[in-house]
Amino acid sequence: MGDWRTVTVPLLSSDSKNIFPYTSERKSPTSMSSEVLRLSLPSSKSMHSFFSAFCTEENIEQSISYIDRELTTMGFPSIYAESKGKELDLVSMVNCMNELLVLQHKNLRAQEEIEVQHLKLGSDMDHLQNCYSKLKVQKLQNVISSRATQYNHDMKRKEREYNKLKERLHQLVMNKKDKKLAMEVLNYVGRADGKRGAWRTDKTEARNEEEMYKVLLSDYEQRQKQLLLENTELKKVLQQMKKDIISLLPPQKQKPKERSEDGLVLSDQEEDIGELNKENMWELSCETVREQLTNSIRKQWRMLKNHVEKLDNQVSRGHSGALNEKDVISREDHELETGKLELEIQQCKEMIRTQQQLLQQQLTCDDDTTLLLQDCYLLEERERLQEEWRLFREQKKNFEKERKSFTEAAIRLGLERKAFEEDRGAWLKHQFLSMTADCKSENATTPSAFLRSSDTDHRLVRSSSQQKRPPSVLSTTASPEPCQISQYITQNSVASEKPAADYLPNLWVESDDKEETEECTKTWEDSGLDTLCRNLHMEQLP
Amino acid sequence: MNFSELFKLSGLLGRFSPDGKCLASCVQHRLVVRDASSLQILHLYSCMDQIQYIEWSSDSQFILCAMYKRGIVQVWSLEQSEWYCKIDEGSAGLVASCWSPDGRHILNTTEFHLRITVWSLCTKSVSYIKYPKACQQGVAFTKDGRYMAVAERRDCKDFISIFVCRNWQLLRHFDTETQDLFGIEWAPNGCVLAAWDTCLEYKVLLYSLDGRLLSSYRAYEWPLGIKSIAWSPSSQFLAIGSFDEKVRILNHVTWKKITELEHPAVITSKKTIVYKEVEKSPTLGTERLSFPPTRALASSLFSTQSKYDICQVPVSLHYIKPVADKANPKVGVGMLAFSADNSFLATKNDNIPNAVWIWDIRKLKLAVVLEQLYTIQCFQWDPCQPRLAVCTGSSRVYLWSPAGCVVVKVPGEGDFQIVSLSWHSSGDSMLLLSKDHFCVCYLEREEV
Repeated sequence: MGDWRTVTVPLLSSDSKNIFPYTSERKSPTSMSSEVLRLSLPSSKSMHSFFSAFCTEENIEQSISYIDRELTTMGFPSIYAESKGKELDLVSMVNCMNELLVLQHKNLRAQEEIEVQHLKLGSDMDHLQNCYSKLKVQKLQNVISSRATQYNHDMKRKEREYNKLKERLHQLVMNKKDKKLAMEVLNYVGRADGKRGAWRTDKTEARNEEEMYKVLLSDYEQRQKQLLLENTELKKVLQQMKKDIISLLPPQKQKPKERSEDGLVLSDQEEDIGELNKENMWELSCETVREQLTNSIRKQWRMLKNHVEKLDNQVSRGHSGALNEKDVISREDHELETGKLELEIQQCKEMIRTQQQLLQQQLTCDDDTTLLLQDCYLLEERERLQEEWRLFREQKKNFEKERKSFTEAAIRLGLERKAFEEDRGAWLKHQFLSMTADCKSENATTPSAFLRSSDTDHRLVRSSSQQKRPPSVLSTTASPEPCQISQYITQNSVASEKPAADYLPNLWVESDDKEETEECTKTWEDSGLDTLCRNLHMEQLP
Repeated sequence: MNFSELFKLSGLLGRFSPDGKCLASCVQHRLVVRDASSLQILHLYSCMDQIQYIEWSSDSQFILCAMYKRGIVQVWSLEQSEWYCKIDEGSAGLVASCWSPDGRHILNTTEFHLRITVWSLCTKSVSYIKYPKACQQGVAFTKDGRYMAVAERRDCKDFISIFVCRNWQLLRHFDTETQDLFGIEWAPNGCVLAAWDTCLEYKVLLYSLDGRLLSSYRAYEWPLGIKSIAWSPSSQFLAIGSFDEKVRILNHVTWKKITELEHPAVITSKKTIVYKEVEKSPTLGTERLSFPPTRALASSLFSTQSKYDICQVPVSLHYIKPVADKANPKVGVGMLAFSADNSFLATKNDNIPNAVWIWDIRKLKLAVVLEQLYTIQCFQWDPCQPRLAVCTGSSRVYLWSPAGCVVVKVPGEGDFQIVSLSWHSSGDSMLLLSKDHFCVCYLEREEV
C-alpha cells in the first residue's frame, strides 16, 4: 500500500487519515485548521493509538465540533441536531459515517484498479522497449539493404556509362592502330615445344573438349584411387577391430547372439561374413558387404559394451555388499580371504623359523645349554608322566568302584545260589527219600553229598558240578565255567565266612589278580547265570 | 648463412629465373641479368623507359620488361643477346603484361581494361579477349599451363571464360553468380577454379574445369567478406581469409568448411609456442671506443641486435583498433600461404600487424606465433621444405622452421630495409629486396 501512495489521489486519503497524527501532536482542535496537513500515512498500530489520541475524555466537545466543521466543509450535513446546539443528531452522524465508509471503499477499489493498470503499463513498457530495439535493428537492416540496392543500381548505371565510354575509346583506338606497326620483332621464335602452330578448326575444338574431359577424368580417377585406398585401410582396421572385439567377449556371450532379433538368421549372416572374410571379398565395395560389415561391427560393439556395463554393475554391487553371482567374489570377501591366507602363511613361516632355530640350537649349542635343555625336556616328561599317573589313578579308582559293585553283586548272587542250592538239595533229598522209600539198599554216600552244611555245600557244588556235566554236553562252553564258578564260589564262601568289609579290598589290591577277577566276573556274568538257569530248567523238566 | 653485397635496384624488380640459373634485376631502365650463384653480370639490356614490370618466360629464355607509361613491352632473349622484340600498344595504353605458360605469347591488358591482346612470338597472329574484368586477379593459368581462365564483365554481369592455351580457343564461357567478381584462382591440380566476390559480399564459387558449378560457400551475409584466398599445394584445402579475422578452410571432397581458424589478440592455448622478437642492447668493450668513431663502430653502436624469446602463454599481442569509417580497413586476414609440403599455413591478421600465425594443418591447430617488433611486410615459404622467411622492413630476416627460428641481420652499413623477399626455386638462397637495393642470402644445407 505504501508504494502507491504517490499515485492515489491525495485529497481523499489525506483528509481522513492524516488528521490523526496531526491531532496527536497538538491535541487542541482550535489550532488545527491553521496547520498544514502532512501526507505521510501512519501505520496501523499508530492508527489505533491515534484513534484514541484524537478524542479523549476532556476534548469531546471540541473534537465533535471539529468533525462537524470538517464534514460540513466536505458537503455532508451537520451532525448536530440543531444549528448551534450541543446535542448530536445521531441519525445524521450515522449517515455521515456510512457515507464516509462508502467513500473509503470506493477509494480502495480505485486504488486497486490503478495498481493493476500500473503493472500492465509496466509490462507493456518492457515489451515495447524490446520491440523498439528489434525494430531499430530491423530498420537499420532495411536502411542498409535499401542503400545497398540503391548503390547497386547507381553502380550499374555508372558502369553502363563507363562501358559506353570504353566502347567509344576502343573504336578510336582501333582506328588509330591501323597506321602503326604494333609489334617489331627481329625474327619469329620457334615454339617452345618445337611444333608448328595449328589452325583453329572444329576438329581442334573437339580435340580441346576431349582433352579437357580427359584431364577431368584423370583427376577423378586419381581421387577415386585415393579414396579406395583409404577405404581398404579403414576396412582392414574395422576387420581387425571386429576380431579384437570378438576375442574380448567371453564365450558365454554366445547366448545373447542367439537371442537377438534376427535369431538364427544372424548367425547365418555372421557365417556368410566369415566366408566373405576368408575369401578376401572385403575388397569389394558393394553396398551389401559394406552394410554387413558395419552392422556386424556395431552388434559386436554393443555386446562388448553390455558386457563391460555388466562387469561395472557387478563391481558396484559387490561394493554395496550384495553378492548374487557365485563366480564373482565381492571385494571385501576377497580381501578377507587374502588376509586370512597371508596370516596363515605368516604363522607357518614363523613356525618353520622356530623349528629351524630349535634344530640349529640342538645341533650347535654348548654343554650347559644342552644340559639345561635336557633338564627342560626331563621336566616336561616328568610333568607328562605325572599327568598320566593322575589319570591312571583316577581310572584305578573308577575300576575299584566297579569291582566293589561287582563283588557285592557276586556275593549277593552267591548267597542266592546258596539258597538255591539248599532248596535244590532239599528237593533232591525229598526226591531221593521218596526214591529210597522204594529201595533201602542205598548208601550213606549220597547223604554226605546233601546233609552237611559246609561240606554239603562243597558236595553240593561237586555233585552239582558232576550233575551238571551231562547237561554240559549240550553246551560245550559250559565246562570250564563251572570250575571257575566253583572256584569263585569257594572263594566267595571262604570270603563270606570272614568279615566282608576288610577282606574284600585286600583280595583285589594286586594288579595281577585284577584281570583274572575281571575276567571271571565278566564270564560269570555273561554265561554263568544262563547255564545255571538252563541247568535248572533242564532238571525241572523231567 | 652468407650474404652477398648490396646491389642497386629499383621498383622491387628482382626475379630469379624459373630454372634458377639467373637473377634479373632492374635499375631504372636497365635490365641486369646475373648468374644466380656468383652474381656475376651475364647480360645488360637497356630499355626505352623506366621499367615497371619484368617477368621471365617459363623456359627462362626470355624476359619481358613492361613500361606502362609508354605502353611498350620489350622482350629480351638470353640465348641471343642481339634479338629484340618490342610491342607497342600505342594509344590503347598498357596496364598489365604477362607471359603465357608456354613462354611464347604475351598477354597485354590495355588501359581501362578495354581488352587483353595476346601477342605471339612465333607467328604474326594476334588474339583479343574482350571485356576483361578489372579486378585483382582477372587472369589465371593452370599449373600445367594448359588452360587459362579470364574473368569478364558484360552488361553488369560477371562471366568466366576458359581458354585452351595451346591455340587460344574458347573452351567454356559461363556466368557467375557474383555481385562483383573480385578474383579467380585455379587449384594446383588444374581441375577446379575458385572465384570469389568483392568484400561487400562473402561468396566463394567453385567451378569444375568444364564450367559446372561444383559448390558455393557463404559464411555470413552483411559484414565485410573475403580478404585473401589460398589453395593448398595438394588441392585438398581452400583457405579463405576474411575481414572477421578468421580463416575458414574448405575441403575438396564436400566443399564444406572443416574448420575456422581464429586470430584473437590474446593467445591462451598451452600448445602454442610464441616467439617474441626482443631487442638486445649491443655490447661494447670500452677499450674499443675511439675518437673519432669509425664507421663500423658507429654502425654497431646504433644498430640494434635482436633475438627471439619464448613467451609463456597467455600472451597478449600488439593489437591495433581498426578505424571504422575508412574503406579497406586494416582488419582481417590479409596474407595466407600454405607451405610446400602442405603441412603448415602461415597467416597474418591485419589488425595484429606484427604477428605471423603458423597453423599446423595436420592437427588444424595453432602451432606457432611469431611476434615481431615491426609490421610484417612479407613472408614466403621455402619451395622445398617447411621453412618460412619473414621480413618486417628492418634489416633483419627471420626464418622459422619446425626446429626453431632465427634472426639474421644482413651485414653491411647503412639501412637496408627489407620489404620483400623471394626464395630461389632450390630453396638454397633467397633474394631480399628493399626500395633501392637487393641482396642475395645463401643458406647452407644444415642451417635451421
